Order: sequence, then structure tokens, then C-alpha cells
Amino acid sequence: MADGPPINTSEVKKKDLVTYVRESQIWNSIFRHGPPNNDRNRALAVITNVFLHLHPVRVRKSGLRLKYTWCMGGVTFFLFIVETITGLLLMFYYRPTVEYAYADIWDLREQVPLGIMRELHRWGAHAMVISVWLHMLRVFMTGSYKPPREFNWNVGVFLLVLTLLLSFTGYLLPWDQLAMWAVTVGSNMARATPLLGYEGPGSSLLRLGDISLVHAGNDARFALLAGRFVGAGALLRFYVLHCVGIPVVATILMAVHFWRVRKDGGISGPV
Amino acid sequence: MGVVDTIKQTINWHSEPSRFFVLTVLGFLAVVFPGELGPAWVRRVTQPLAAIYKPKVGGLIFLIIGVLFAFACLDPSFALIVGKPDNVPIAGMIFLVAFFVWFSLQQGRHNDRLLEAGEPVLEKRESGDGKVMVWPDLVYTEFLCMILWTIFLIVWSILLKAPIEQPANPSKTPNPSKAPWYFLGLQEMLVYFDPWIAGVLLPGLVIVGLCAIPYIDVNAKGNGFYMFRGRRVEIGLFLFGFVVLWVWLIIIGTFFRGPNQNFFGPFEPWDVHKLVPLINVDLSQIIWVKFLGMGLPKNPLLREAFGLLLVGAYFAVLPPLMAKRWMKGFFEKMGPTRFYVMAFLLLTMMSLPIKMMLRWTFNLHYLVTVPEIFFNI
Repeated sequence: MADGPPINTSEVKKKDLVTYVRESQIWNSIFRHGPPNNDRNRALAVITNVFLHLHPVRVRKSGLRLKYTWCMGGVTFFLFIVETITGLLLMFYYRPTVEYAYADIWDLREQVPLGIMRELHRWGAHAMVISVWLHMLRVFMTGSYKPPREFNWNVGVFLLVLTLLLSFTGYLLPWDQLAMWAVTVGSNMARATPLLGYEGPGSSLLRLGDISLVHAGNDARFALLAGRFVGAGALLRFYVLHCVGIPVVATILMAVHFWRVRKDGGISGPV
Repeated sequence: MGVVDTIKQTINWHSEPSRFFVLTVLGFLAVVFPGELGPAWVRRVTQPLAAIYKPKVGGLIFLIIGVLFAFACLDPSFALIVGKPDNVPIAGMIFLVAFFVWFSLQQGRHNDRLLEAGEPVLEKRESGDGKVMVWPDLVYTEFLCMILWTIFLIVWSILLKAPIEQPANPSKTPNPSKAPWYFLGLQEMLVYFDPWIAGVLLPGLVIVGLCAIPYIDVNAKGNGFYMFRGRRVEIGLFLFGFVVLWVWLIIIGTFFRGPNQNFFGPFEPWDVHKLVPLINVDLSQIIWVKFLGMGLPKNPLLREAFGLLLVGAYFAVLPPLMAKRWMKGFFEKMGPTRFYVMAFLLLTMMSLPIKMMLRWTFNLHYLVTVPEIFFNI
């Protein structure tokens, strides 16, 4: 024994620790594959992970180039996650009522030292609207909506609309002049919905004798705002849609969107 | 100072919507199709513009525009409107959209040359037929991207405070009252169309039209890589809709519309008392009163007959003409169903610039107006 090479005790110890963790029951209960140092385990790393498995196992090399994808779809998804996390934190402090909404936002601004959650949320939202448009531009310019990806382009169009609606419903929540009047201007459009809005073409023809069936108290705008103007009902309705309704639908559509990217042959590329 | 003021006034004058729109469309066509459209002399004049797709020339132009933009920020009116916290990302968006449109066209032209020489396109050259493992290549790229974006967002959030205005007050309407910035293109359409068209019909048809793209575009070329020549018409139409009718209108709505929705040049202070005469007239008045000199008929259908005929002809007569004459090749490739859906969507899209031009040249208010049932076109 004394003639053997000197043993580096620290290396043995370190190796032992990694091996110890890797071989532990806890580790193996979470990760059901060996270290990703061969292709089999790398594939397993993607397949056996519920989040990563939305990716294919292998992709075209050209599909990874920043020059090709601009990473805009990924950025949009990342911003959605940022919005979810910052939005969740904001929800702890924000009450969607006419009495408190504005004061709560003001408190977040003035009373929280170094607080940037609202900034992150607002600028992230602006960035998300822009990145989703640029993603659409990229997909169009590379002809990636062409067969077999027609359906996924449609899912993307609806995700784009949902992004705008998310931003629109969030616009009201600070309950300042900008919020109230931007939503007033925006929702005034619903008043002009053909047949369903009381100032829409044809709605005045929908009447029984002298009684209008469509009026300011039951038209499309009323349904959107829960009232004849932007008030307490609209604030609560927009809050629920912003924090629960639209994100749930968007999440489902995103799952479909990513899954279809994989099923339609991965990131597009020349055949 | 005199020179700078003259330049500012010239820019103000040229950014009046009618002039600015014509300049934008001409500039758009010249930049996207340099030396490819119009009579021979136009081709000759615009041909040198193709040089902007050389990366160095393009980069230089972006640099010059950036420097000019920075100089413009020295002007108080310009700085006030561009420096508004919510407008900063929109100013950024202008540069981003310009850059990415240029970049995708540049890549497309590069690939066009490669295809012409019988060589594989850039994307093909990069990957051949091979694929790489998602772990680690893609996953690590995504991770890096996330870290960079996190840093970027945090820096942005520290530098620029989210705005908050006075508390909401239903009895005090701000002037101007604007929709959220990404809907300002729609709000801008309200100048030319009634709410049921600008706010309901056209946005709805934008969504329908976007959804229809993969089903009406039967051109199999350029699937999965940048390409320009083989898809010129499709790319031209899409970019016209996206850049001119969506982004450009947002820019107008954000930076050029001030109190009372009046137009203001980029170097013009927002004066609440600016007076703009309202001299718009309806088509029915132009024809019945001005040309026939007999007053408006009582019957709304008779009164609006000309407008209804015109709008009807636009949507009923033009598509078959397009199929038989101007877009014969497309009709043969697409078949009747696809072609007429495309024609309807295209004509709907073009109705916006047409109505804008009619307003600017003839002060035309409505083509058809039946105020009794809120039906105005």
C-alpha cells in the first residue's frame, strides 16, 4: 500500500459526492436517466421531462440559428412567464375595486423600496406585444405557415389576439385616467357591433312594436363592461379576465402550439 | 438656427397624413421592390436602392437614421411625445420592425442568388440533412436567451418608471383620449370609417384574413427558409398590410394625433386650440345636390343608390375582372374558391387606403349613409 501512487483525497471526496447524489433514491426518483453525456440519455432528458418534451428530441441545425428564428417565439413565451410571475406578485397587493385599485398601484410605486414588479409587468407586456408581431413576421417571411403547418399558424393567430386582449384587459387595472379612457375608447367600438350594439347598423331594426330589443342596457358593450360605462363592474370583469380567463385559454393554446411545432416536423427548415 | 427650423417645418409639412401616406407607400414600394415595378424609367431610378440590401450599406443607413432620430430628440415637442414612458417601446418598435423587415428581405435576396446559382440556400447549407440534439443545443440557447432577457428587462425597469396618471374620473375626459397603443391603428381608421367598420368589421376580417393565409397561398415555394423572388406578390401584400396599414397607422395614431384627434407634425407643439375645418361631404350630396341640383330624395334607398352601386360593384364586379384579366395566373393556380376569398380579403384591405385617398382628394365623408340605422360606409 505504501508504494502506491499518492491519493488526491479531495477529488475522491468530490466524485463521491456527485456519485452519491446521482445514485441516491431521491435523485433517481426524479430523473429516470443517466447523466446527459451520450445521445441516449440526452434524448431521455427531453422525453422524460414534461416541460422539455414539448420539444422534439432533435432539431435542424439551421432552426437554432438566431439569424433564422430571431428567437421571437421563445421570447414571447418567456415574457408570458415573466408576466405570470410578476402578475402573481402584484395580485398579492392589488384589490380590483374602485375604492382601492388606484391607491394600491400608487402604494406599489411609492411605498415599496426598489420595487420594479409593476415596471417589469408593464414593460414586459409591451415587449410581448412587439415580440409576438415580430414572431408572426418571421414565420411569414420564412413561409413556415405553409403545409404541413397551416393549422399551427391559425393557433398562432389566436394567440396573437389573446396577447392583445391580455394587454387590453390589463390596461384598465391601474384605474388612472389613461386606463379608464383608453378602455372607454376601445370598448366604444363594441357599441357599433352590427345588430348586437345599440349604435350598430341594423340594431334599431330589432324591435317589437315600440320596444327596442337592443339598447345601451343589454348590448355588446354592456356585456363587456358590466355596465353602461367603465365602472366598478368593468374593473372586476377585466381583472378576472386578465388574471384567470385569458391566461388559462392562452396556456392551453400555447401547449397546442408547441406540441404542433413538434408534430409538424420541428422548427421549419428547407426540405 | 434658421436652417434647422426650415428642416423641421419641411418635415412637419410632409408628415401631414395625406402626404406622409403617399410618401410612405412610394418609399415602401421602392425599398421592397427596387428596380422591379413600374415603367422603365421608374425601374432605372429605383434600381440603385437595391444596394441597401448589402449589409454594410443597410447598417450605415440605420446608423444615419438613428443619429438623425437622436438629433430630433433635441426638439422639445419631439422629445415630449417620444419620451413619454409608454411611447418609448413604440419608438423602439419602429426600429425593430424596420430592422427585421430589412433583415428578412436581405436574407431572402441572398437565398435568391444562391438558388439562381444552383446552390443550396443558407439554411440548407447550415444543417445539410443533419439534425442536432435538443439537449444541449436548443435547451442551452433558450436558457442563455432567458438570462439575457431577464437582465434587459430589469435594466429597462430600473431606468424607466411605469407611468401612473391622475385617478380615473368619469366626468373628466382627457384630450386626446386614445385607445391602448397597439389599437391606435384601429382608432386611426375611425377617421375614415364608422366604428362598425373600423372597430368591428375590419379587425374581425384582419383575424379571418390572417387565418386564411395558409389556405389561400398555394405557392409551394420558400417553405422553411427566407426567399423573395419566388414569393414577391405574397410578401409584398403581407408587408403592405403589416408595415403600412398596421404599424404605420399606429405610429400616426401615437405620435401625430394630438388634442381633438387633430394632426400635429413631429416638431409641432400640441395646441389644444388648433382649428381644422370640417368640410367633408357625403357622396349622395355630391351627386344629388351638387351635380343634379335637385335636393336629396326622401327614400333612403334611392338617395344612397349611387353609393350602394359603387360599393356593390367594388365587391361584385372587380373580383371576376381580376380573375379574367389582371390576376389570371393566380386564378388558374388557386381555383375559384380560393381566388374569390382572396379577392374579397384583398379588396377589403385595399378599401382602407382607397377611402383615405377619397377623403383627402374629394373630402368625401360617406359613400353610403343611412343614419337612421347607423349604416354608414
